Amino acid sequence: MQATTSSTPAVQLPGRRPLLTRKGWGAFFAALLAVCALAPLLNLWVPPDSAFHLSDYAVALLGKIMCYAICALAMDLIWGYTGILSLGHGLFFALGGYVMGMYLMRQIGTEGNYGSELPDFMVFLDWKELPWHWMLSDSFVATLILIVAVPGLLAFVFGWFAFRSRIKGVYFAIITQALTYAAMLLFFRNETGFGGNNGFTDFKRILGQPLATQEMRMLLFVLTGCTLLGFFLLARWLVRSKFGRVLQAIRDAESRVMFSGYSPLPYKLTIWVISAMMCGVAGALYVPQVGIINPGEMSPAASIEIAVWAAVGGRGTLIGPIAGAFLVNGAKSWLTVVAPEFWLYFLGALFIAVTLFLPQGIAGMARKLRRSGGEARPLAGTQAEDRSPAAKEETRA
Amino acid sequence: MTPELMKAGTARFERHLEREAQRRAALTESGGRSAGYARHALAGEVDVTHGRILYLEDVHVSFDGFKAINGLNLDIAPGELRCIIGPNGAGKTTMMDIITGKTRPDKGTVFFGSTIDLLRHNEPQIAQLGIGRKFQKPTVFEQLSVFENLELALKTHKGVKHSMFFQLDSAQRDRLAEVLHTIHLAGSVGRMAGELSHGQKQWLEIGMLLMQDPKLLLLDEPVAGMTDEETARTAELFLRLKGKHSLMVVEHDMHFIRAISEKVTVLCDGSVLAEGTLDQVQADERVIEVYLGR
Repeated sequence: MQATTSSTPAVQLPGRRPLLTRKGWGAFFAALLAVCALAPLLNLWVPPDSAFHLSDYAVALLGKIMCYAICALAMDLIWGYTGILSLGHGLFFALGGYVMGMYLMRQIGTEGNYGSELPDFMVFLDWKELPWHWMLSDSFVATLILIVAVPGLLAFVFGWFAFRSRIKGVYFAIITQALTYAAMLLFFRNETGFGGNNGFTDFKRILGQPLATQEMRMLLFVLTGCTLLGFFLLARWLVRSKFGRVLQAIRDAESRVMFSGYSPLPYKLTIWVISAMMCGVAGALYVPQVGIINPGEMSPAASIEIAVWAAVGGRGTLIGPIAGAFLVNGAKSWLTVVAPEFWLYFLGALFIAVTLFLPQGIAGMARKLRRSGGEARPLAGTQAEDRSPAAKEETRA
Repeated sequence: MTPELMKAGTARFERHLEREAQRRAALTESGGRSAGYARHALAGEVDVTHGRILYLEDVHVSFDGFKAINGLNLDIAPGELRCIIGPNGAGKTTMMDIITGKTRPDKGTVFFGSTIDLLRHNEPQIAQLGIGRKFQKPTVFEQLSVFENLELALKTHKGVKHSMFFQLDSAQRDRLAEVLHTIHLAGSVGRMAGELSHGQKQWLEIGMLLMQDPKLLLLDEPVAGMTDEETARTAELFLRLKGKHSLMVVEHDMHFIRAISEKVTVLCDGSVLAEGTLDQVQADERVIEVYLGR
């Protein structure tokens, strides 16, 4: 149709695609409704003896898993879309958690075991005043900023040197693993001022309100759910933009990206920092819900688990890693109750099975099933329709 | 002295000055202008007033003692289509690596136009200056569609923030459609690049170069793996590009070179062995020796 003005026949160029399909938006709002309305309703207003009651245990578990899902989403941005495997994302998660933990420790006030203004572990170590890095910890606003700033800054500095030196693949993974391990050793030390191997616990209040109430738990649950959904939209927007396509291009053929005039460093650094910040937020939401943070969160195994969730769910799909986090952690909490001695065998078997039979993860399998179902219908109708106007124009020209 | 004689003398002297000025004008190499005077070197702009878009002078590179490039001198005129041939290991790909910033030479000068020293720039900068490169093995973004491949290559701002909010405008869409036709992939806009045939991938990569709108194209074995028909179409395309762009084509396919070449350079052991038309080069004793064995 447009071809009449130009000499070349019209080509059907794909137009702007919406952020989510209509079905996708439907699912998104359904999830939002479930988190913000259904869950509070079932937990707070439906009586505990009803079959529809959502137990406090389930709320706590789901809240925790949603924090993990944010990490899996962040991992998908850097690993699934950019092809950079990080085995140190647990560190960013823990840093966000520690920042939140420091604030919560200060909120205890004088109600600690020693009745001091200082957190208990400092009294135990016979410290007389707060160390310098605790200065901002009594301000909630500063805490909110530091939750993203601390992991973001560390990621920026580390990423700058690593990406500038063109460290890639398995070397990068090993260095991130070493980074989180080094941080864990550092945080284990009492002198570092983060409670040593006990970390922080016994939290009492947040913003002056008691933490251990059903309402507060529900509020944190809703907040976590909304953050997860919000981050999902953000990630979706990022990967659907040209920025996201450059990331995928870096994953598939970095040299071609460079010879097309893009400098990969700022792209990698941007997504790396965004990913780290997301993990920091997840950690900050995690700590008040589980009530403890210690250097165990920085252990190499914790970071590897994040990669496992993403791999099981399906890299490069966004929704896959979220599903993966739910599936693996759901199975973990179920199996550690039913058959605690088999949990690790199950995790190992799952990982082998995914690597062997589902290289694209759950999301890839779902896509394959949908496609094979679609082929039964007359020859992918939409595609044939899309092509026909262009074909007609060509025959006319 | 009579006034007549004085007048004649003045006229003679003026004629002499005029002749002298003309002689001097003819002496300069910059089209009659005095060199280095009132000529602005614009940042990022390629200065081709000296009739050369690419100079390589006395370039040396060695890898662990192996001299891949050994005193290479080469220059290319704007709009020229230059074919480079040579036996395996002659340094053809290494030469392209040097021009595009992938490899640093140990010694030598590499200039793009008269003013841009390529050794001061890295790969993305050189690409933005206007040098496009096609790899020996077709390198496209396999997980992206043909459309997205071309879109990424488009000449535009390549920063992060710009990419996040980038939308194709209508002029860019037209350009994309035009390139799609040029590379005969208009029917596969939405297909994944990984699903294309080898020859189509080669074309897609050439199309990505065209989207970049480079002043100089470096093409490493562009017709490898193409059918005869595709090869003929590629030759046609290169001949069309010649004049508007400068092309440097490395190929082994002599039929293809015969179809497109005007000037052929033979590279051997990292330096230029012979230069001339294909017939001249093929008649050269040294070239025959290099190709047919020692």
